Amino acid sequence: MAADMGGSYGSTLRYKTVDRLKPVGKHSLLGASGEISDFQEILRYLDELILYDNMWDDGNSLGPKEVHNYLTRVMYNRRNKFDPLWNSLVLGGVKKGQKYLGMVSMIGVNFEDNHVATGFGNHLARPILRDEWHENLSFEDGVKLLEKCMRVLLYRDRSAVNKLQIAKITEEGVTISQPYSLKTFWGFSAFENPTVGAEGSW
Amino acid sequence: MTKQNANWSPYDNNGGTCVAIAGADYCVIAADTRMSTGYSILTRDYSKICKLADKCVMASSGFQADVKALQKQLAARHLIYQHQHNKQVSCPAMAQLLSNTLYYKRFFPYYSFNVLGGLDNEGKGCVYTYDAVGSYERVGYSSQGSGSTLIMPFLDNQLKSPSPLLLPAQDAVTPLSESEAVDLVKTCFASATERDIYTGDKLEIVVLNKEGLHREYMELRKD
Repeated sequence: MAADMGGSYGSTLRYKTVDRLKPVGKHSLLGASGEISDFQEILRYLDELILYDNMWDDGNSLGPKEVHNYLTRVMYNRRNKFDPLWNSLVLGGVKKGQKYLGMVSMIGVNFEDNHVATGFGNHLARPILRDEWHENLSFEDGVKLLEKCMRVLLYRDRSAVNKLQIAKITEEGVTISQPYSLKTFWGFSAFENPTVGAEGSW
Repeated sequence: MTKQNANWSPYDNNGGTCVAIAGADYCVIAADTRMSTGYSILTRDYSKICKLADKCVMASSGFQADVKALQKQLAARHLIYQHQHNKQVSCPAMAQLLSNTLYYKRFFPYYSFNVLGGLDNEGKGCVYTYDAVGSYERVGYSSQGSGSTLIMPFLDNQLKSPSPLLLPAQDAVTPLSESEAVDLVKTCFASATERDIYTGDKLEIVVLNKEGLHREYMELRKD
């Protein structure tokens, strides 16, 4: 799972070190875009959920499927109150050899797929993922594919910043990378005067 | 408190098309598996068909989150019914329950467009067609969802159901054999996919008959 670390206030880049990727319990990884404070509220709900689940002390724990379902109900419940949590959420995880990847939108629309993306990612990253994803993707190739997507988003989404994290979840647990940058090249001739020859454009 | 989120809608249209055809001793229920929002495809493999009871299947399009809530509500009510009566709910009873469930939310509706198909108490195929607020009717065949405007007139042309005004009332079930009905459904979707951007990817067909429930799939255009 990959995410950049920019936080905007309108079109102002207000925060430059936002952790959008968070571990949830032992088997799940959550990624979010949208309202940062709403995301933090969701994290508080999840902390409570995991804590109360731990207090049973029965050796059972919530897997990614259960956490995703919980998020689905929280998001849909808030839209029913006409007070939505303004986020798109991605939830991935592995438990007992079962891989899981799902999404929830702010009005409760939810689904599972082999690859998902939020916001601009739906338009720019998913076509790339549909072309290049396959069942036996290695971790290294997965990272390369995510970086390819993030680079396209960096070039084309003006609110994206060149500081990102990549998180990995396996049976052993979650590792979230240190923030790093992608190499970019802005000297493409197509970038220089994009409207040349486009009649009626600025 | 001041009003917030003025330009926010609690609804979305996730598209999708549903068709059901009733025969003398079978029922065919079908829907595509594409889920969209606007011009984007969210996923190519999302089932819109939900088995509510042994002889009762619902296909729903519209707003996915509402559809999911509706399916959960009906499943819960069916579980209670099973505990109280120790049997599966009949299709006509489930049809009435679906109507009441939809109308219960008349002033904040479930944005879902359903067809319910199954076998009635005599083992005859039955199809019920709904609007979002619960008006419903038993028919011989029906289509709902984004591709219904393309499919419904085609079904009318091919199946020519007797007018419900005729006296004495005539049976609405179609004269087709089971395999003819499945082929007709496939043709409908192959055609609807050509013009409706919200229909495509894959077709899921459920056939109910005295042997039980049987599922099959057909690939559709992915563009």
